[in-house]
Amino acid sequence: MSLAVALFAVVALATGASALGVVLSRNIVRAAVWLLFTLIGVALNYLLLGAEFVGAAQLIVYVGGTLVLVVFGVMLTAQGPLRSLAARPAEWAVGGVRAAALFGLLAALALGPHAPPAVTPPDGPLPGVGPLGLAFLGFPDASPAANVTGVPDGKVFPRTPVAYLLPFEVVSVHLLVVLIGAAYLARAKRRAKA
Amino acid sequence: MPSFWSDFLQPPLSGIAFGVTAVAAIFGFISGSAFFAIWAERKVSARMQDRLGPTRVGPFGLLQSLADGIKLISKEDHAPAGADRLLFRLAPYLAFCAAFCGYIALPFGAGLVAAELSVGAFFMLAVLSSEVFGVVLAGYASANKWSLFGGVREAAQVVSYEVPRALCVVVPVCVTGTLNLTTIGTQQAGWFWGWNLFHDPFTFLAFFVFFVTATASCKRAPFDLAEAESELVAGFLTEYSGFRWSIFFLAEYGSMFAVSGLAALLFLGGWHTGVLPFEPTAEWGFWLGNLLNLAVFAAKCWALVLVMMWMRWSLPRLRIDQVMTTCLQYFLPIACALLVGVCLWQLLAPPAVTAATRYVLAFGTLGALLLLVASVLRPPAAAGPAGHLPGAWAGRATPLTAGRK
Repeated sequence: MSLAVALFAVVALATGASALGVVLSRNIVRAAVWLLFTLIGVALNYLLLGAEFVGAAQLIVYVGGTLVLVVFGVMLTAQGPLRSLAARPAEWAVGGVRAAALFGLLAALALGPHAPPAVTPPDGPLPGVGPLGLAFLGFPDASPAANVTGVPDGKVFPRTPVAYLLPFEVVSVHLLVVLIGAAYLARAKRRAKA
Repeated sequence: MPSFWSDFLQPPLSGIAFGVTAVAAIFGFISGSAFFAIWAERKVSARMQDRLGPTRVGPFGLLQSLADGIKLISKEDHAPAGADRLLFRLAPYLAFCAAFCGYIALPFGAGLVAAELSVGAFFMLAVLSSEVFGVVLAGYASANKWSLFGGVREAAQVVSYEVPRALCVVVPVCVTGTLNLTTIGTQQAGWFWGWNLFHDPFTFLAFFVFFVTATASCKRAPFDLAEAESELVAGFLTEYSGFRWSIFFLAEYGSMFAVSGLAALLFLGGWHTGVLPFEPTAEWGFWLGNLLNLAVFAAKCWALVLVMMWMRWSLPRLRIDQVMTTCLQYFLPIACALLVGVCLWQLLAPPAVTAATRYVLAFGTLGALLLLVASVLRPPAAAGPAGHLPGAWAGRATPLTAGRK
């Protein structure tokens, strides 16, 4: 067993254990902290698999952004009935059955006859974020052999007629609209002072 | 990084040995820097308040941090009765881990880096922004209203300042075309006017905005609203004592040096002196060249950290609403304008203009720095006759001159 596999196993086990902690924890703030460890574990797995951009994005979006807001909200509301959470047996049953079904589906897909073939990673440094950015701009053939910036030197690459940058931007502006709308709806209703 | 362990060990073991060496080196850098930075902080504050600062322990009081450390370790380590014990004990280590992990992607020289990530700048931003968790959890777990206020303030402040800080990182990244910190450093080899700081007016301004927002996200004064001794006792630190308290300060100094290193890499030429027209490792070999690189890089980090201390002891603390206004109404639009500006500059500026701007900015800054140094070194204006006060106090009566005509 190589070092990478051993590390992956350790990190995956820790991630799974902290995910169980999120579910089993009675205290809502502790559940949020277990969620922090789960998300960090997932980010570490991405980094171990060579997907540095996805790992760092996982950290900055979920750990640095979303989870801070979750902890922020939980800290301000963690009192009274929300302080300790206890699930009823029926909830355990429904949740457990769903989790088992999802796990079975994923395992069957990953190990079954339709599983994608195992790929050995190529030697040398993995491609950076350059190909990703070029794919957004509609360059499908940005080879992993392009230099670090991903900008091909001197070669003319064919562009597909469909670039994904504009749809991507439209989606992010849509998110911004949703955020502004939520802030508008949730703002304190104050009457203008006469 | 050359694989120097593979001469002695087989592949899996050599990887582990390299990891252990890198972690030990980074830990040594953080704790060594914090050791002297705490002494420097006291000396700087003493200088600005016309005191002497620590003088008793060692030459110039240099061992003051050691004395402090012994005192802190021997203090009682207790948690308040209503505290969430587990989170209370965990919080300082979370803060330290975040500051520590930032160094994984930070190159100290050409190839002198623990793990060369293709998205190093992005990774550092991501990791440093998770430092807030330690503070927020410390505030919550202390079961103390002052601590909770400090934690909530810290969360609001860091989440807001992250945005202009990240936008300011994108400005030099637009110029370099890569997020790989080693490549960004290598691109700035040679004379100092090749640094990203002097590339165009937008990167020049972005450096200052980045530095201020980075200071704020390290919760340094004048943005230390999470501690705010005058309002919140000690904020999130109120219930901490002894060793855990010192871990928080290790994390704070660690992240100060990390953001200073990031600023040095993105704007100030990384590990290059700026006066050698070649890359030292290419001429003198890996280890000798990187010895110089490491010294230059550490000196740049130290210079930026000393500016942070200078700001801390010069400026009064802002109010929390002023802190948020500064970020959301000033820094955020400024950062967005800088980003648009640098993109337009890259597309539209003719070569003659870019070259002229570069030299004007570089030599203007050099001249301003030389003037500053000269004004610091100039001897103070000759004092008046004995018993008389100089400067703004000239002509006022003193106890010595009160009776005289």
